[in-house]
This record gives sequence, C-alpha cells and structure tokens, in this order.
Amino acid sequence: MRRFELALPRSIDEALRILSERGSEAKLLAGGTDLLPQLKNGLLKPACVVDLSGVERIRTLKSDAGGLHVGAAVTARTLERDATTQKTYTSLAESGALVGSVQVRNLATLGGNLCNAAPSADMAPPLLALDAEAVIVGPKGERRVPLTDFFTGVRRTVLAADEILLEIVVPAPGPRSGGHYLRHTPRRELDIAVVGVASQLTLSNGVCSKARIALAAVAPVPLRARAAEQALEGKPVTPEAIERAAELALGVAKPISDQRGSADYRRHLVRVLTRRTLRTALTRAGG
Amino acid sequence: MPKHVLSCTVNDEAVEVLVQPYVTLLDALREDLNLTGPKEGCGTGDCGACTVHLDGQPVASCLMLAMQVRGRQVRTIEGLGGAEALHPLQEAFVRLGVPQCGFCIPGVLMAAAAVLTENPKATQEEIRYGIAGNLCRCTGYTKMLAAITEVAGTLSAKGA
Repeated sequence: MRRFELALPRSIDEALRILSERGSEAKLLAGGTDLLPQLKNGLLKPACVVDLSGVERIRTLKSDAGGLHVGAAVTARTLERDATTQKTYTSLAESGALVGSVQVRNLATLGGNLCNAAPSADMAPPLLALDAEAVIVGPKGERRVPLTDFFTGVRRTVLAADEILLEIVVPAPGPRSGGHYLRHTPRRELDIAVVGVASQLTLSNGVCSKARIALAAVAPVPLRARAAEQALEGKPVTPEAIERAAELALGVAKPISDQRGSADYRRHLVRVLTRRTLRTALTRAGG
Repeated sequence: MPKHVLSCTVNDEAVEVLVQPYVTLLDALREDLNLTGPKEGCGTGDCGACTVHLDGQPVASCLMLAMQVRGRQVRTIEGLGGAEALHPLQEAFVRLGVPQCGFCIPGVLMAAAAVLTENPKATQEEIRYGIAGNLCRCTGYTKMLAAITEVAGTLSAKGA
C-alpha cells in the first residue's frame, strides 16, 4: 500500500480541524471497505488518512417517535439486525443485509456507502424512498441536505473537502406504510447491483397517500422515479396502477451497458423490480 | 512516516506493537505478531481468507488498518481453540478431512465459529449464509458444511 500519515481524532471538532488544515490531501476513513481497496489499487493517493473510529458520536443509532437517527459510522450489520429498523424502516434493513459478506458488513458503514457515492450503492434507494436527510457538519456549523440532493455524480457528493457527514435522519413513515428493497445480482451473495429498486407506499382511506420509488445503478446517481410516484398517489393501488408505475419508472432510467448488464437488460429490470417492490410494499402497508 | 503504538488484545493477551500508519491489520498480525493463520487471498474483502474476530464479530482483516483495532479485542485462528484442545469445529474439520489445500480453512473456521457462537443451533441455510463470504478454490464446500452442521447438532444437543 502507498504510504500515508494517519490521524486519529477523538471528536468531530478535532476531525474538522484536521480537515481544515490538510484540505483535499486528507481522506476520511469510516469502515474502510471501500477506501482500503482504493488506497491499495492507487485510485486514491491521500497524504493523510483520518480514521473516524475514535469518534463516538457518529456510531450511535437511535429512534424516537419522529424518526430514525443513524450515525454516519453505524455499520450495515447493525442496520441489518436492529429490531426497529427491521420493523419500521424495513427496506433500509434489507439493503444493509445485502452489502458484501458478514465480514464486510461488520465494517462497512452507512456513511461510507453514501459518501463513496457509487451509482449502485445499496443503502441509497431505501433512504431516498424514506425521504431521508443528511446532516453535514463543517467549519461554519451544521447543514441539512435532503438525500435527493446529496449525490452530484459518479463518486461525487455535495460534501466539501472540509465537511463531514454526521448522520442520516429518516422521518418515521407513520402507520399503514410499507417498504421493500430488491436488487438483481447474478450471484446471490457478494455482488454489486445490476439494478436496485426501493419502494415505499403509505395508505390512507383505501388510497395511496404517498408513494416513493428510488432506483440505483441506472444513472450516474441513485434517483427517484417521480412520475411513477405521482401516478400512484391519490388512487387505490390496483395491479393496473402498479403496472403503469413500473412503466413510468423507466422514464428516469438512463442506464449504461457494462460487464454487469446491457442498458436494455437494466431497463427490463427496472420494470420488473419496481413492480415487485411495489407489490411487497403494498402488502407490508396492510393493503 | 512516524510509526504508531498499537495497543490491543490479541488472542486474550495484551499486545503493544509499533506499526506503520498504512499497514493493514492482516499484515500486522502476520508480519509483526507472527500470527500467520489469517491469509491474504484477494486483499479486497472478497475471499474471506483473512477473517478474524474483532470484539467477537467476524471481519476482513485485509480491509482494516492495524490502528483501527486500538483498544479492541482481536482473535485469530491461533486463539480459537487452545494448545491442548482443539475447538469442536477444528476437531470436526480434522476428523472429516475437510481441508484440501487448506488456504481458506482458517477464515472458514473463524466465520463458522462466529455463526455458532451467536446461534449454536444454526440450520444448514444459516450456516451457508454465515460462510458466504469465504471462498474455497478447491470447492470443498460439501464437507465443510457437513462438519459445521455436525458441530451445530452436537452443540445444540449439549445445550438441550
């Protein structure tokens, strides 16, 4: 591995100080499962790595009536197994369970998955479908960014070089709401999504009061299928409505062809996975 | 680069060792502590040959910097059983002749031990899920699964 200095801050303030001194030559280390391969293969060449494992504040997962607060360094394994996440934020727990192997999930963090900003990031679609917000801290204090605005390109986010992702806040979906995340991979374990889809449906008086559909690996950034959402809202969720939404979801998909799948295959998967996740979300919402 | 002092517990013993800031946990275990049970297969977290326990949970030691385990408990295959007695999983692997080339076995045993510690009555499906992160290039999964399943049966029978 290429040589670098290692900073071991014990607080967010200390980490921010290091970032403001070192600027873009510093790189934050959370779980390391994305960072270490990139340090080993030379994709990243930071002069200084800032290990956040001593910063307790970003390791907490807590929930209250208002929602779920996930510290940026909470692991995929913790989300996979947390009872509240499984029950109320089901699609997030499901996506956590799909990241890498157990050995990787015990290290990989939610913040790392989001900040690495791969178009295929598994934990991004559920959070988009749950209307999550990112809490970011920098030299001038904290700011909140809706996750829909967090990703700006392949491996790019709104984070400035002197900022740190603190936590993700997920508002409680409320009663009669259900969600589901599905991805397609050629292998069952340890693979990267060819396409991933998260859906969240909330019901009220026999109609859909809120619909959210988010797609991964079909564009430079994970994104919401807003036309499909709007077509579902205010009406009963019939099989025909689900079919129409699956069709409309294709509108935002601008997939590339690569070794994981052709653009045509990805478009086919968007339709299939949107349909399947909507059906399961509907059942889980009690519809 | 200034070296760092790494203080942690490895196989129940307090350890203090000077490490380079950029050295992985796997390299520190192998090169500085002479614990060569954990292996480097891929170096990217795909094969599981480097699996060790960190505070009781299986992790890929090739994906961690050594300094990330400061103050924490590490266990390698060398600390799974004892000098006198093998761990029941090791005993079953020997008796059933599971290892072929043997390279993946330390990682498989650490992954399997984590599964059974958490769930002594793990089903075959749960065992398969628990060792999904471990590749065996000899494709010796059938005997591996038989041995772990047998131990799961024995442990649960004892616990019943």
